[in-house]
Amino acid sequence: MSEPMTLDNSFQQAEKGTSLWQDAWIRLRKNKLALFGLGVIVFLCVIALLTPFIAPYGYEEQDLVLGASPPSAAHWLGTDIFGRDMLTRIMYGSRVSLMVGFIATGVALIIGVLWGTIAGYTGGRVDAVMMRLVDILYALPFMIFIILLMVIFGRNILLLFLAIGAVEWLTMARIVRGQVLSLRRQEFIEAAVSLGLSRWTIIHRHLIPNTLGPVIVYTTLTIPSVMLLEAFLSFLGLGIQPPQSSWGLLISYGVETMEEYPWLLIFPGLALSITLFALNFLGDGLRDALDVRSSKD
Amino acid sequence: MFRFILSRLLQAIPVLLVVITATFFLVRAAPGGPFSAEKAVPPEVIKALEAQYKLDQPVWQQYISYLGDLVQGNFGPSFRYPGRTVDELIYGGLPITAELALYAMLVAIIIGVSAGVFAALKPNTPQDYVPMSAAMIGICMPSFLMGPLLVLVFGIWLEWLPVSGWGDLPGDKLLPAITLGTGYAAFLARLSRGGMLEVMSQDYIRTARAKGLPEWVVVLKHGLRGGLIPVVAFLGPAFAGLLSGSFVVETIFQIPGLGRFYVQAAFNRDYTMILGTTVFFATLIILFNLLSDIIAVWINPKLRHQVQGGS
Amino acid sequence: MPLLEVENLTTHFHTRDGVVKAVDGINFSVDNGETLAIVGESGSGKSVACYSLLNLIPQPPGKIESGTALFEDCHQQKKDLLQTSEKDLQKIRGNDVAIIFQDPMTSLNPYLTVGEQLIEPLIYHHDISRQKAIERAIEILGEVGIVEPEKRIHSYPHEFSGGMRQRVMIAMALITEPKLLICDEPTTALDVTTQAQILRLVKQLQQQRNIAVIFISHDLAVVAGVADKVAVMKDGCIVEQGSVEDIFHRTQHEYTKKLLASIPEGAKPGLATSTNDSQKNDTLLEVRELKTYFQDHSGGWFKGGKKTIKAVEDVSLNIKRGEILGLVGESGSGKSTLGRSILQLVPTTNGSVLFDNTNLTQLSKHQMKSMRRRMQMIFQDPYASLNPRMSVFDTLGEPLLYHGLVTRRNVIEQVLTLMDEVGLARSAIRKYPHEFSGGQRQRIAIGRAIATKPELVIADEPVSALDVTIQAQILDLILTLVEKHNLTMLFISHDLSVVRYIADRVAVMHHGKLLEVGNTETLFANPEHDYTEKLLSAIPVADPTKERERQLAALS
Repeated sequence: MSEPMTLDNSFQQAEKGTSLWQDAWIRLRKNKLALFGLGVIVFLCVIALLTPFIAPYGYEEQDLVLGASPPSAAHWLGTDIFGRDMLTRIMYGSRVSLMVGFIATGVALIIGVLWGTIAGYTGGRVDAVMMRLVDILYALPFMIFIILLMVIFGRNILLLFLAIGAVEWLTMARIVRGQVLSLRRQEFIEAAVSLGLSRWTIIHRHLIPNTLGPVIVYTTLTIPSVMLLEAFLSFLGLGIQPPQSSWGLLISYGVETMEEYPWLLIFPGLALSITLFALNFLGDGLRDALDVRSSKD
Repeated sequence: MFRFILSRLLQAIPVLLVVITATFFLVRAAPGGPFSAEKAVPPEVIKALEAQYKLDQPVWQQYISYLGDLVQGNFGPSFRYPGRTVDELIYGGLPITAELALYAMLVAIIIGVSAGVFAALKPNTPQDYVPMSAAMIGICMPSFLMGPLLVLVFGIWLEWLPVSGWGDLPGDKLLPAITLGTGYAAFLARLSRGGMLEVMSQDYIRTARAKGLPEWVVVLKHGLRGGLIPVVAFLGPAFAGLLSGSFVVETIFQIPGLGRFYVQAAFNRDYTMILGTTVFFATLIILFNLLSDIIAVWINPKLRHQVQGGS
Repeated sequence: MPLLEVENLTTHFHTRDGVVKAVDGINFSVDNGETLAIVGESGSGKSVACYSLLNLIPQPPGKIESGTALFEDCHQQKKDLLQTSEKDLQKIRGNDVAIIFQDPMTSLNPYLTVGEQLIEPLIYHHDISRQKAIERAIEILGEVGIVEPEKRIHSYPHEFSGGMRQRVMIAMALITEPKLLICDEPTTALDVTTQAQILRLVKQLQQQRNIAVIFISHDLAVVAGVADKVAVMKDGCIVEQGSVEDIFHRTQHEYTKKLLASIPEGAKPGLATSTNDSQKNDTLLEVRELKTYFQDHSGGWFKGGKKTIKAVEDVSLNIKRGEILGLVGESGSGKSTLGRSILQLVPTTNGSVLFDNTNLTQLSKHQMKSMRRRMQMIFQDPYASLNPRMSVFDTLGEPLLYHGLVTRRNVIEQVLTLMDEVGLARSAIRKYPHEFSGGQRQRIAIGRAIATKPELVIADEPVSALDVTIQAQILDLILTLVEKHNLTMLFISHDLSVVRYIADRVAVMHHGKLLEVGNTETLFANPEHDYTEKLLSAIPVADPTKERERQLAALS
């Protein structure tokens, strides 16, 4: 028997500690609403991915004879004025809405985290200049700019991702920078410096794991606000264009005929609201579980 | 304090310049001019029109002369509404949008802040859950969904309130103001709850209680000021949000305000109108951010002290 | 009948993890003009007990389960505080019973002027005009030693220093002439010289007004000076109570004995037989005319001007191999900055730091990195100094692996050896910082500091966040490790008793300057500098008889 073997055994047999991540997961599991939110999101993502295979009707399949009909056994959520199945259209709409939500948030996440980490960790003049820029951009009326962009360059979905991502990264950068700054003042970072660890080791072993919590929470809460923005633009006719469809667009069609066919407004509205609910519950639950305080200070 | 306000005003100028410049060149870079939509317009007419609107000059000259006009408060003529200037259109729509925004802000602050404070007094009890669940609904129910639903229920089914217009029929301002204000009421409720919860756990609240002050004095005098700091900081962004929200609400309720003009101008490629409204909105938003900064400094003696340059 | 008589007071906290018996059936009483001290370590329930009397504990999760607290109010009527309605309690709080809290920095409302806060108890309890209340407030501010009270009454709390804020708190508590004053660790957040002033002030005001005082403290030395009666609390129970002489001179309970034994007292143990002299002459660290300045930017954006803070000003000192040099000073004296400047953790402005004849201020970042293995630091706050997401194994293994002191194969073995050395159970190797107590965390931090076998260790207030019994254990651990590894140490502390207990020589800092350096016992016996003398005379002694004599001497 070699010595390291027994030591390894004693390591395996040692009391298992609970890391902060495991702790957070335990707390999240106790939060029914957050779990419900998580469930809904996963369910929606699966549905969106499988839509082309499981949708009951074709996306453009019309039944002009039927026209607008209320929910029935054949059409669970009714049909629109062209006799198109609403369930199918909402399912296809979910693909666009969710995709915009995730991709634009991803854009914001990447830019924001990089910007915030660099500013916070470098500090001094670089930080001052970088954050000044964020402040200036913050003061811009972005909604108006996005509308302008959509008007000028056409209703391009790629442009929509970029435009929304470009707005949302600002808050992310501020949060990450604030987090990095407060961490840098913590004694365990000072301890890491006095151990002579390299800058990169400090960043990826000590800094990043401790900034992850707020980033995860904020990401979860950014997705619904991005989806809302997309729906808002589509509602105005400035976002997603037919033949593509999104929930915002379906709602704006629904509004036109809500007097006669209220289900055309109510069902896409419900789909959007439930998704926003689920994401917000999940975000709040994660905030509690990861013990993230407000981003101020 | 004066120097602080002045320095913030000076900082706003480059921001404004960036907005004007970016908008100006973006609009000019757009494919399809303002007159290309009309089909049967002879080239000579277009030429004449372009000359009239100085579109035949080099872009940088147009830019300089536009800046010059702006300084004098002149937004130029509208492309789409011949004979009317952008100033007239803005000042025509402004009072309506301002009134709408004001009502919505009142709805948001009065309902939102009181619900948030109320919930924070007894956290994790029904007194907390009920208003906060309502706030969650407000957040997940965007104005473009809330508005039509309100119209459907109160305007069409119950026939209690008018479905559109502004100041034409009694009660027609109620639905638009609620539609625009609800989302922000919900947001403010969450913000003020968070702020109050944080403040009410501070040591100085315990001191106030130990002094034997009645609970309402503890909450209103000692708690509220600190608890509302996040709310005040959010007022600037909230105002910006209300302006863009007015696009939707004015469209839904067919209110002849600025927001509706803006959306129409965007569709019509009315260069000067887009430019004018954007610049106008940007100025308003920047001013409101400034105002919310100033209030934030004013209610916090520590910040006020720093700003005044004491040691 | 005493003024306040508490019987069988029981307060529980109903938390997610079960019921915490914060106060478990205690009895005590206090009479007019008398001071009862409740002593205990953190979590003993001493504060909860007193807050329960006035219903100031957060409910839920707290709940007063049973007990009576008979109190004689201003109308000479006996009332059970625990049965009194919230409305009637409001009339007692701040009127008959007032409280002074621990942290004067957070206990005053930052948004209101001190005047506004001072007059509140008067206005709500006595039928008195605002104008009259303000006059009274100015009067009492003068009484507690605030100069120019008529001007200062319009200032905000942040414009006062810590000691001055505590004076304001005292004025606020006494403005309604209460019969009972509860002082919850009133001097713990203050410097030792300020502490002495505040204690004297409380005593003086108590005697003038003949009021009862309940004095909550963790510090037996402070209690010895102020108390008539002492109750010692542990885990929610009073284990022993009696007159101050009984508790200190005729101690009965084991726990009280342990507490008393934990107080660092007298000279460093085994000083006579300390390491041989030849080694002591070998200087490991020499600091020459070191300056560290900071630029203060706060408010600078608007004023355009910058303030230079001279945190360390022209400090020269040296430490010999195997020696412990104690560095004492009050908050803001620059002692921590000096420690960090030596390790090049903050940029120095001028001067040199010679470590084993290498000038650290001249080294490039890369060269410095290789030197870091030879010098380490122990920090004050055991909660902030450990990465919360790294297990003990990761924390202790990191420096070993990084500096190539072990291979991946034998890292576990080395970590376990380190854990043995600092007194951590081997089975805890996979646990995370939040699963340990403060003392155990500090052991992990010490283990990390000695992992690389450094020659110099800078300890920045390593025991000031710990309870007194834990403090004693950690101090002994440090002494053992210094001896065993022949470590050289700069031991930074505000606590002179601790420094006297651990250091061979002592250096005194004040306002960034080094006032004097000398052998510990020589310096304690014959301080050269006035400031050092003032500092030394402010140290409370855990002996009521000596403490009384000392106070008398200070008054004359």
